[in-house]
Amino acid sequence: MEKRVTFKGWLLPLLLVAPQLAVTAVFFFYPAGQAVWQSLFIPDPFGLRSQFVGLGNFEFLLGDSYYRASFVTTAVFSSLVTLVSMGAALCLAVLADRLIKGASTYRTLLIWPYAVAPAVAGVLWLFMFNTRVGVISWYLGLLGYDWNHVLNEGEAMGLVVVASAWGRVSYNFLFFLAGLQSIPRSVIEAAAIDGARFWTRFRTIVFPLLSPTTFFLLVVNIVYAFFETFGVIHTITSGGPQQATTILVYKVFADGFVGQDLGSSAAQSVILLIVVGTLTIIQFKYIERKVHY
Amino acid sequence: MSGMVEKRGVGLWLTHAGLILGVLVIFFPIWLAFVASTVTQPEIVRPPMPLLPGDQFFENYREALVSGVNTPVARMLANSAVMALGIAFGKIAISLLSAFAIVYFRFPGRQLFFWLIFLTLMLPVEVRIVPTYEVVARFGMLNSYPGLIFPLIASATATFLFRQFFMTVPDELAEAARVDGARPMRFFWDILLPMSRTNIAALFVILFIYGWNQYLWPLLITTDPSMNTIVMGIKQMFPSGDDVADWPVIMATSLLAMLPPVLVVILMQKLFIRGLVDTEK
Repeated sequence: MEKRVTFKGWLLPLLLVAPQLAVTAVFFFYPAGQAVWQSLFIPDPFGLRSQFVGLGNFEFLLGDSYYRASFVTTAVFSSLVTLVSMGAALCLAVLADRLIKGASTYRTLLIWPYAVAPAVAGVLWLFMFNTRVGVISWYLGLLGYDWNHVLNEGEAMGLVVVASAWGRVSYNFLFFLAGLQSIPRSVIEAAAIDGARFWTRFRTIVFPLLSPTTFFLLVVNIVYAFFETFGVIHTITSGGPQQATTILVYKVFADGFVGQDLGSSAAQSVILLIVVGTLTIIQFKYIERKVHY
Repeated sequence: MSGMVEKRGVGLWLTHAGLILGVLVIFFPIWLAFVASTVTQPEIVRPPMPLLPGDQFFENYREALVSGVNTPVARMLANSAVMALGIAFGKIAISLLSAFAIVYFRFPGRQLFFWLIFLTLMLPVEVRIVPTYEVVARFGMLNSYPGLIFPLIASATATFLFRQFFMTVPDELAEAARVDGARPMRFFWDILLPMSRTNIAALFVILFIYGWNQYLWPLLITTDPSMNTIVMGIKQMFPSGDDVADWPVIMATSLLAMLPPVLVVILMQKLFIRGLVDTEK
């Protein structure tokens, strides 16, 4: 796609792209290049010199049981966040879509948590489940359940998943509702006339027609769970207990800034880079395909 | 006519009941935070805390805004505002200019530039934190607004968005401008920019929320409490060790932290939805 009508000159356009080029070069390409470069070295303990180790950092990481555990943690965490937030959003969107009047009121009531920062969501959920003052943990105690996400790995994971999924329901709801409303009413009514009950209509007509939205949301939510939930983890569990909630992005931070292990942290960055790259390509391929339909 | 699939009677009530339940579950954490921000500390540390607001609203919010824990929350709010506005305006400005250049000129290196920008779509700041931190430190930009803003405007989503939009602007407009002898920048200011108003506003809403809600980056580079942003500053208000947190003030701060972006979403709902769809698709 190109414009047929263009202006003449080359100095002006170069000046126009210069600000973006400068910011991108200094704050993007240089650091990204550094990450790749550093991933090939191990600094000595005094930080004076580094030793070239080739792919040594990567070999070490892939053999490191903590790193592999963090991969598994991330997979479990992002699957659960995606499942919980998309499941809840789909239920709400299906309900709202059944209304002739009032769907937009519910939309207004449901979309604003999108604007709540993950870190703030983390503090809110931490407060409810706090082992000392939390309301929900207190009532759970009344019921005879001793909630303690500080010690219990499963409960810690459950809490960070719910806190991360909470604000995300809004986003998924918005896209699911738009997807549902774009399905022609006549198709659904035809099925209803043929005697298909709600569940049958949903399974055989609505859900398949919704699959482009669902696929798009799957990718976007996985990216969200991978990279944007740092605030939730940091405020609620700091990766604990026993690294049970140390997702990959948290580990880059913990090893690079807290542990000062720059080579390993850089290698982890490069691995993450490959993961995001792959997800982005999947997303673009999908959009391209959709454009052709 | 449309009565075939919409529910009436009991079904309609069940639909509303389900939605209201969903809304209540979504609201509950906020309600609890609000209640906590209106009661005294002793009411919270002896659980269960009350579920209805107390009478300490003004006291708690005044204490948060004026003194806070490490830094007055008013100061953190100002820092967040500078950061969010800086990111939104900065990114929009540089992206408008470069999208204009890409679409309306043929210049050497244009393809290369396009692909360089395209690559930035693939790497969130979380992935390159350590080297980016080193760059910012070397420039002496730790604990500064430029340090908070620049690394976060180095991405191309906005450039692509404006490129897409400029492609849909009819060629006749540029043609007419050229025939009239208007210089490129005149065309940009007088025709292209006014036409892009809605896109700019929609993008502004999304970028403002994005900038306001940053956590990891401010956490790394603002070691001076007076430069903390409000979203990352909340965690800093928790005491280390076994002391009990000052929950009423922390919860008041949490509500203040979410207020600006939530207001933006509610008041500019149309622009917000448009911005979301534009930036993600």
